[in-house]
Amino acid sequence: MTATALDRREALAPPEPSARARFVRRFRRQKLALAALVYLVLVVLAAALAPLLATHDPLAQNLGSVLQQPGGGHILGTDDLGRDVFSRALYAGRVSLVAAAQAVGVAVVLGVIPGLIAGYAGRKVDAVIMRLTDALMSFPPLILAIAFVGVLGPSLTNAMFVIGVIFAPRFVRLVRGTVLSIREETFVEASRSIGTPTPRVILRHVLPNALSPLIVQISLTAAMAMLAEASLSFLGLGVQPPDASWGSMIERGFRYTATAPWLTVFPGLLIALTVLAFNILGDGLRDSLGREIRRGS
Amino acid sequence: MLRYTVRRVLMMVPLLFLVSLGVFALVLMIPGDPAITIAGENATEAQIDATRERLGLNDPVLVQYAAWAGNALTGDLGSSLFSNESVTGAIAGRFPVTLALTLAAMLIALLIAVPAGVVAALRRGRWQDRGATLFASVGISLPNFWVGILLIMAFALAFPIFPAVGYTPISEGVGAWARGLVLPGITLGTAVAAEITRQLRGSLTDTLQQDFIRTARANGLSGRAVVLKHGMKNAAVPVVTVIGFQVGFLLGGSVIVERVFGLPGLGDLAIRAVLQRDIPMIQGIVVVAALIVMLVNLVVDLSYGWLNPKVRQA
Repeated sequence: MTATALDRREALAPPEPSARARFVRRFRRQKLALAALVYLVLVVLAAALAPLLATHDPLAQNLGSVLQQPGGGHILGTDDLGRDVFSRALYAGRVSLVAAAQAVGVAVVLGVIPGLIAGYAGRKVDAVIMRLTDALMSFPPLILAIAFVGVLGPSLTNAMFVIGVIFAPRFVRLVRGTVLSIREETFVEASRSIGTPTPRVILRHVLPNALSPLIVQISLTAAMAMLAEASLSFLGLGVQPPDASWGSMIERGFRYTATAPWLTVFPGLLIALTVLAFNILGDGLRDSLGREIRRGS
Repeated sequence: MLRYTVRRVLMMVPLLFLVSLGVFALVLMIPGDPAITIAGENATEAQIDATRERLGLNDPVLVQYAAWAGNALTGDLGSSLFSNESVTGAIAGRFPVTLALTLAAMLIALLIAVPAGVVAALRRGRWQDRGATLFASVGISLPNFWVGILLIMAFALAFPIFPAVGYTPISEGVGAWARGLVLPGITLGTAVAAEITRQLRGSLTDTLQQDFIRTARANGLSGRAVVLKHGMKNAAVPVVTVIGFQVGFLLGGSVIVERVFGLPGLGDLAIRAVLQRDIPMIQGIVVVAALIVMLVNLVVDLSYGWLNPKVRQA
């Protein structure tokens, strides 16, 4: 009975916008971030619908029409094997986006769990986890990635796994910080004092509050992962032929810089715009978080 | 200051230990039998056994680590599996190129970022500020190899002002050496410039809103003196931090930039080592890179003590 009475009183009270509603309202005012979101949705759609949008088979070679300029039968020209650059860019977009998603996924999984443990467990466990992240962060990211790929063998999966491992410390720190600030909050203390088991406290109270800063970090990490994938593929350590990502398209086109600049300009533009969109979206999301969410309470 | 320095240096020891463990573990991560990988797939049984013996792979892991770390402490990082060249020697030979490249990149970054950051902070909200902010967002989003290729197209092919590829040692003339570093320096420095601009704009804006700045202005100091003398020194701490962070990025980026411009530096050595699976060489480069990052962070931390005496007591 008490519960229904409370429900009714809540229903009668003037609606106070939830933190999420305030967030959505603030985000809608960020015109640039909205544009970035729209662009990213379009890129993802284009990649997903690549078989429908492609004008040619991305792998079909036509040695009779190599290094054709953009225009005519090929919107973005052809490469050194006569393959259609536009169709290749669509399929390469799939590879680049999926690779970035893989790296971010690895970083989230490897970052969130130790972060929760570091924030929640005692000082010793916390100290060990934080020293390990410090050690991981004292390697220059790209050098570490190159070394790992060198040892494991060049492949996109290896490259993206390593990139994920390298970005994981950012998530460890973020989640640990949020947990440390939230675990002292009254509502968490209340929940604990009525005997809620720790895993449940984490799932019900800690994780939801860490979600918003996590999403911001995911967007910014996606930008970095994309650049990392492009760099590794440019060095020949990522995606292996005949598959292509935007980075490996540039690597191939680099040999024809003087005669066929479009081979490097277009894929580079796609990488730059997509990375910029992830960065702008991340910044916009962060600016939309009120101070109350940014602190994580 | 001395006590602070000693304590800070001692803090590096456990970190160095963890880093060495990580680098050593690279060998353990080789899928399958490292001896087969290293000896080559067509090696005979005897060759594989010899490789195993030579690399000490028959010893217990702890013994292997102790031997490797002990040698590393004396500056002996082993020798290349392919050329038998000493790893330390190869790294030392390539180091000047990478050092020149990273210094050029940092110089160019500061030449762009300091004016851009200061102007953005002083003209907050106006077009100069929006321009600098836009530059900062775009600068960190551009793949640096792509920037390098565009620069080659523009300033080496269309307008041949700078060489497209290659490195001229400083011994063959300072002018030619510097000219060869302009395009690689801009390529590597763009993202760093963007990051420093962003940080400087933020921290200088915060500093200029502090009470002591108003007091200085009220005492009749000119706007320029306030910004340069009081604003910059106090805004410097976060900026120095970012510069420290960028060193790791610069070392990683130099791998790519050296590839694009055909510079014979550490990055070029790293790529060759990786493509040949030259494990001792890879390990050596990773250790040296991590050591450089740690030393730079040490200098950055010590500079806090100089910029802000309060840190020393912390």
